[in-house]
Amino acid sequence: MKPSALSFLLGSLLLAGGVHATAAEHVHASHAWIRVLPGTLPAGAYVTLENDGDRPVALSGASSTVYADVMLHHSSTAGGMSRMTMVDALTVPAHGKAVLAPAGYHLMLMQASAPVKPGDTVKLTLTFTDGSTLPTEFIARPANAMDAGENHAMPPMEHGAMPHDSGH
Amino acid sequence: MKHRHRLRATLLLLLLVTGLLLGGCQHDAPLPFRLTNISGHMPDLDFHLTDDNGKAVTGADYRGKVVLLYFGYTHCPDVCPLTLAQLHVVMQRLGPLADGARILFVSVDPARDTPAVMHAYVKAFDPRAVGLVGDARKVEALSKRYRSAFTREPSSADGAYEVSHSSAIYVFDRDGKARLLATPSASRDDLVHDLHLLLATGASQ
Repeated sequence: MKPSALSFLLGSLLLAGGVHATAAEHVHASHAWIRVLPGTLPAGAYVTLENDGDRPVALSGASSTVYADVMLHHSSTAGGMSRMTMVDALTVPAHGKAVLAPAGYHLMLMQASAPVKPGDTVKLTLTFTDGSTLPTEFIARPANAMDAGENHAMPPMEHGAMPHDSGH
Repeated sequence: MKHRHRLRATLLLLLLVTGLLLGGCQHDAPLPFRLTNISGHMPDLDFHLTDDNGKAVTGADYRGKVVLLYFGYTHCPDVCPLTLAQLHVVMQRLGPLADGARILFVSVDPARDTPAVMHAYVKAFDPRAVGLVGDARKVEALSKRYRSAFTREPSSADGAYEVSHSSAIYVFDRDGKARLLATPSASRDDLVHDLHLLLATGASQ
């Protein structure tokens, strides 16, 4: 009697697990990059998360073997002041996306165990509020990069040496 | 005969006066800036700080250069690097003209930002960027001079802390006169356009 009840319970749990897949299973990460700063300075990590599931999910942070400390942060500018605040979770809406990008949400990476150089790939394991995880490869970019630079094989046009409005 | 002479003289005089007036107007006409024009509303560039090579510098050392003044700190992983990266792209687009400009990055975190840390930091963005440090009193004096502000936020358990700070970029002409105010969200096209105007007008305009 007891064992059968237990197996029923286990079966239900497994079934429930099957119906409600984890957050990480529905999330696709892209444009993942890190802005590398000199020395031991903290770096910002950015990524675009797309949720193909019917339920919203929430990113709670990330962990890494390279950085001892990773925090989810939000930068804001109000009244001409730039501020950074810690964030508990960032929602990725059902069939929607959340963008971690400069001057907004970012992962602050601290205490690198080894120097990270532009061009390196660093694995960060994104964690969601349901406890599921999504290992993601981040490309390390130079301090003065503007984005993930996916097209770094073809550098973006610099509009020549002069501004394009210098027709005079 | 005499009458016609006088008429011609009057006309000539009128032309001369008009010419002078037009010339005068052209000289005084404000440059067609796209960013917020603060000419005459902010004091000239003046400070006593230490550059990222450890040398004592003043505002007068940058006369002859168009200066972009920005307050921030090196432990700022998001907005400060983004702003400096934007300014680097702007400098690149200005081409050789950018040699006439300097980005002055003033640290609002004197406790952690040494000249050496600042040197590595600014040079990672642009060769024409200069890091400036000073004791809290000197940095506060400069910040107040431009109605800018900064606040050290409470430290976390491990001693780390953030500094909230004004996000404005102040632009000075070659004579050290305050000319423009930009925000980090200003379009790079507008920055390139206005800096081009300031850089192309030479030393005194």
